[in-house]
Amino acid sequence: MTATTDLSDSARPADVIRARPSGFLSDLFTIAGRGLRSIPREPEVFIPAIFIPAFFFIVNIGALQDLTEAIPGNSDFDYRAFQMPTAIIFAVTGISRAPGLVTDIQTGYFDRLLLTPTRRVPLLLGLQIADFVLVCALTIPVIILGFILGVGFETGILGFVFFVLMAGLWGLAFTGFPYAIALKTGNPAAVATSFILFFPFAFLTSSTVPFERMTGWLQTIARFNPLTYILDAMRVVLSDGWEWATIGKGLLAIGIVFVISQSLAMAALRGRVNQE
Amino acid sequence: MGNAIEAEGLGRSFGEVEAVKSVDIEVADGEIYGFLGPNGAGKSTVVKMLTTLLKPSRGSARVLGHDVATAADKIRLDIGVALQDASLDKKQSGREILRMQGRLYGLTKPEVDKRIDELAHLIEFDAIDRMVDTYSGGMERRLDLAASLMHNPRLLFLDEPTTGLDPTSRAFVWQEVKRLNEELGTTIFLTTQYLEEADELADRVGIINAGTLVGEGSPTELKSEVGSDVIVARVTGNVAAAEAAVAALEVVDHIDPAGDELVISVTNGAAAVSPVAVALDASGVQVAELTLRTPTLDDVFLELTGARIEVDA
Ligand SMILES: Nc1ncnc2c1ncn2[C@@H]1O[C@H](COP(=O)(O)OP(=O)(O)OP(=O)(O)O)[C@@H](O)[C@H]1O
Ligand SMILES: [Mg+2]
Repeated sequence: MTATTDLSDSARPADVIRARPSGFLSDLFTIAGRGLRSIPREPEVFIPAIFIPAFFFIVNIGALQDLTEAIPGNSDFDYRAFQMPTAIIFAVTGISRAPGLVTDIQTGYFDRLLLTPTRRVPLLLGLQIADFVLVCALTIPVIILGFILGVGFETGILGFVFFVLMAGLWGLAFTGFPYAIALKTGNPAAVATSFILFFPFAFLTSSTVPFERMTGWLQTIARFNPLTYILDAMRVVLSDGWEWATIGKGLLAIGIVFVISQSLAMAALRGRVNQE
Repeated sequence: MGNAIEAEGLGRSFGEVEAVKSVDIEVADGEIYGFLGPNGAGKSTVVKMLTTLLKPSRGSARVLGHDVATAADKIRLDIGVALQDASLDKKQSGREILRMQGRLYGLTKPEVDKRIDELAHLIEFDAIDRMVDTYSGGMERRLDLAASLMHNPRLLFLDEPTTGLDPTSRAFVWQEVKRLNEELGTTIFLTTQYLEEADELADRVGIINAGTLVGEGSPTELKSEVGSDVIVARVTGNVAAAEAAVAALEVVDHIDPAGDELVISVTNGAAAVSPVAVALDASGVQVAELTLRTPTLDDVFLELTGARIEVDA
């Protein structure tokens, strides 16, 4: 085999524009920027995410408000405030750009990105940044609906910001699951089924009825559902004040889900990038 | 001058399927190398291994002096790739795709704008600010080519750049490939199923069939291996008997049957036509057509693989 020489730059005009490594953050912003640009172009992704929770919010209140507030010894219970975090969790859980990522894999655009000198991790994290922004934005209309229905923040404007961030972080933590499936399978139908994960998370918990009022078996399951703690944390911020023990448990629950889902997504990313 | 590409025993399997068995390729700096083969021959698999998208199952390859297995990031900086199917995001405009491409290659904003201006001739007037989902197949191809050129790669991989294009678009791509090679010195590795494309563009051609490199050389060299002239006889009747009769002639170098055709390689066409005609007649077949011509890469392919190259429309 003859020796391969590194082709010398002197053979080419000096003013030719050449590639250079672009840096992690630059790549991250480039990928996130594309994700954000595509959001308004695909309203079908986020419109249902506003209407479905708004529907549940109103219907649940209509069905259960009088019943739950009439329970003896429960006179200061406010079911509307109780339902708002539920509506927000319904709005943000499962929102991600994973379907778009599958499209990229199928069209070969993902390969085009892999052919660039870009580091591999921003290809996923950039999408997740876009998701985080969208998810935070999605909580706003639900909160406005809550205001219209008379739900206020016990913790004021700071509480409002914290509440939005918490919903955003939960939404972000959940995205790892659809991304893992998208990267593992490259199959749109498989990604669509990741929606099924939403049901045990969203219903085997205190989403419609307070924890103390649940049937025994459901209570047992709900105890292991991270959403129980996240909903609790959001509810205290909304109705009671800065109760850090409860808030801390909620944040920890988000952290645990994030670590699990993100590990799955990163492993799937490595698998796809290595093309074994 | 070094080699832009050096591959030794490069192969890739998908489970049981040996998509590429073992190929040795050397492509010199500044060369246009045509990688010719029929559907499923393994062309794209080789391109994906050389461009760091696929890990080789065996063998090794160095691209621009870097090992594909260990220095993929260095290779990616200096190669441009247009994969077989235009790989674009339909929900962005042409300009957005090019801009994003430029940013990922580390170009500054002014550099990106300058490159987009320089590449604008590839994209139809007006189209650059439209969403890609409004593009025709040919326009997508050109945008894809522009995207792969944003960073002025030293080595350009084009996987079947003209398959499915109309003749005008094909001529346009050919002209661009020549221009890149002549004006900028870009080394080009191009795969194709079209013999005339390899003939027109490539300095050297490698012929791949069923995962194996079966021939290599300049188009002229390859054709001269077939012989200096070819007589093609289309016959009806007992083709095998006709083949045997013609093969026995002294003036015939060798003979390849292809369906109802006999492709007869000879050194001196003019002198061989009449003995061939006589032998055919004597063997009892009907001769529907008898042509004398110089060999094409098609004949080379037939001789090397025993079959004509099948091209999908
Ligand atoms: N990801 C894959 N998994 C399994 N088999 C594959 C895969 N990619 C390619 N193959 C097989 O490897 C062989 C070579 O495929 P390849 O795409 O390299 O051929 P090609 O020469 O590019 O053909 P074409 O002209 O149709 O593009 C084919 O038999 C194909 O089915
Ligand atoms: Mg191919």
